[in-house]
Amino acid sequence: MSRDLPPAATGRGFFDEGRYPGIFGWIFSTDHKRIGLLYLWSIGTAFCVGAILGLLLRLELWAPGRTIMDAQTYNAAFTLHGVIMIFLFIIPGIPAAFGNLVMPIQIGARDVAFPRLNLLSWWLYISGAALAVTALFTGGGPPDTGWTFYVPFSTHTSTNVSLATVAVFLLGFSSILTGLNFITTIHRLRAEGMTWMRIPLFTWSLYATAWIQVLATPVLGITVALVFAERVIGTGLFDPAQGGDPIMFQHLFWIYSHPAVYIMVLPGMGVVSDIIPVFSRKPAFGYKAIVVSSLAIAFAGSLVWAHHMYTSGMSDTAVMVFSFLTFIVAIPSAIKVFNWLATMYQGSILLDPPLLFALSFILLFTIGGLTGLVLGSAATDIHVHDTYFVVGHFHFVMFGGTGMAFFAAMHYWLPKIYGRMYDKIVATVAWGVIFVGFCVLYLSMKVVGLMGMPRRYWDYVPEFTGLNQLATIGSWILAIGLVLMFVNLIRGLFWGPPAGDNPWGGATLEWQIPSPPPAENFDSDPVVTHGPYDFKKAGIL
Amino acid sequence: MSGHLHKDYTGAKFGMWLFLFTEVLLFGGLFILYGVYLARYPKEFVMAGSQLNVWFGGANTLVLLTSSLFVAMSITALRRGAKRLCLGLLGGTVACAAIFMINKFFEWSAKIHHGIYPGSAHLKEMLPGEMVFFNIYYLTTGLHGIHVVIGAIVLSWTMVFIKTGRVNAGDWVILENAGLYWHLVDLIWIFIFPLYYLILH
Repeated sequence: MSRDLPPAATGRGFFDEGRYPGIFGWIFSTDHKRIGLLYLWSIGTAFCVGAILGLLLRLELWAPGRTIMDAQTYNAAFTLHGVIMIFLFIIPGIPAAFGNLVMPIQIGARDVAFPRLNLLSWWLYISGAALAVTALFTGGGPPDTGWTFYVPFSTHTSTNVSLATVAVFLLGFSSILTGLNFITTIHRLRAEGMTWMRIPLFTWSLYATAWIQVLATPVLGITVALVFAERVIGTGLFDPAQGGDPIMFQHLFWIYSHPAVYIMVLPGMGVVSDIIPVFSRKPAFGYKAIVVSSLAIAFAGSLVWAHHMYTSGMSDTAVMVFSFLTFIVAIPSAIKVFNWLATMYQGSILLDPPLLFALSFILLFTIGGLTGLVLGSAATDIHVHDTYFVVGHFHFVMFGGTGMAFFAAMHYWLPKIYGRMYDKIVATVAWGVIFVGFCVLYLSMKVVGLMGMPRRYWDYVPEFTGLNQLATIGSWILAIGLVLMFVNLIRGLFWGPPAGDNPWGGATLEWQIPSPPPAENFDSDPVVTHGPYDFKKAGIL
Repeated sequence: MSGHLHKDYTGAKFGMWLFLFTEVLLFGGLFILYGVYLARYPKEFVMAGSQLNVWFGGANTLVLLTSSLFVAMSITALRRGAKRLCLGLLGGTVACAAIFMINKFFEWSAKIHHGIYPGSAHLKEMLPGEMVFFNIYYLTTGLHGIHVVIGAIVLSWTMVFIKTGRVNAGDWVILENAGLYWHLVDLIWIFIFPLYYLILH
């Protein structure tokens, strides 16, 4: 399929034609690819800020007592690290950036169903981000509640939580509109012959994700709105002095925020499901099982929220029910892992950077998922609740899972979008450094957590010094790897050699059009005649 | 998109229905809280609920039901080409929204005049269950009031579109979606009214 023409000869695709000159051609564009890139760069910036905050947190924990910041600054820094990484990076990360860039092309559409709404989503995202930053410098100082805004602290602290909740509300609205747009697009704009069972697995995962975004996010909206109302007009619905119940805040918050965990990880699973068949040169094993497991995760994931609340004073019956339901989620997750492994079995494997990141996803996500079961069973959770074990666990799932999938997606699809290739050797080295740094950093956290170190404290007893220093060293290794990866990507995408139309030999539709894709993706509406991983019929094999 | 005007009525309505789901879930959070607190303070909820004025609430229920009827009729009117009738009916809907809000203003004013509002000294002397009732009452009806205002703005905007001919007998999906939104506003009130005003009857 590859035409091997340099971008100069094919033109710069959608980079060429803007509706308005200069920057306005981007920030007012309704082209899904331009909006995808807007998201990608905004999200990338948010990630870098969050990562720098993470490094500072690790530096503070180098030794007991004060190292570089005081306790209040530390509280603000980890709150900001959490808010940025959750609401500005992981939740919008893969769906908003790569979903926008790739999903319409994968189903043979010219754009999403509601292009202007899509642009509004990005503007809401940027407004939310701007408000979150404003909250740092106005009012009573940067919020210090952690990203979960637990009452009663969040309704009583003098820091600027009110503005931060408005920011979260806007970001949630942005997420809802993206989800709504994607569901409608996938239902209505599939090309001729793109039956439900020919939809690429990445798009399938976005479909399942979009439903969670639409159904769960409004509950977060009303929850943070209630915190806002309690702070501003004193409607104490969560205040025992006024007859309210703080546990109800936790329920409402986690009714959204646990499904949100699957908003974060499902698209990552989709990326991996798309990459593994291509680099194994084999059709995805158990395509239907992967599809069904995505939907099953979306469904079962909505029923397990209270496993964050075992120690909050719920009834024992509720604890047992939610513990049982939590174990059920492990089943569809395991189905995916086994299907990925079975896809690779006897495949003709190409160890290119996208596959390396996808493989590290599988390993790290599996470790993260299994340690999740330790937390999911009520008896062990009582011991490790609110320790660094939890911090280690969710970084394995979120960063080792979604973060690695995000990096895999960057290495897989960005050569398509920019039409240029990065240096694969440097990318492989960067992957190795990131992987080592990651394990040193977060494995140390898990161990020190099992030894009893609580999370969210800026101080600790001297016995934990060794492991904390090991974790901090890990954070430096990780940072070096990240810098290497980003520099290599940026250098390659802007100044690298032409990538060609189909550098990896993919059979899905995005690889059948020029790189970078033209403004409306397809010259004529495509007709799909084979499945997404049918490499023989696609002429790849 | 340039040179490729894509009109998908089913898609547009599909998107609107999804959005309405999210609105139901937004209010759903408040209804869940209502349910939990009702189970915890059944007597206090009845005591507090009996202090609300059923006539205000009943009148507003009639006003909203009438406005929904007007919206439904306006869509049929436009599809049959009766543009002026359609605009008149929509004007009636917006007027109903105004009546609703004025009614609400007097109702809230009376309550606030009696010292019953979030954070007031009088409210804090009441029983915990009554405090919860009035707090959640103000939040739910307040959020609903915001939706009435948004709905009225959306319908007025649609009237401008109808006047300029952008929404017409052959292309009326915007009106239909605006109407769907208005019906949702009505529907939520249909749940609020009995839960808060008729709780003892």
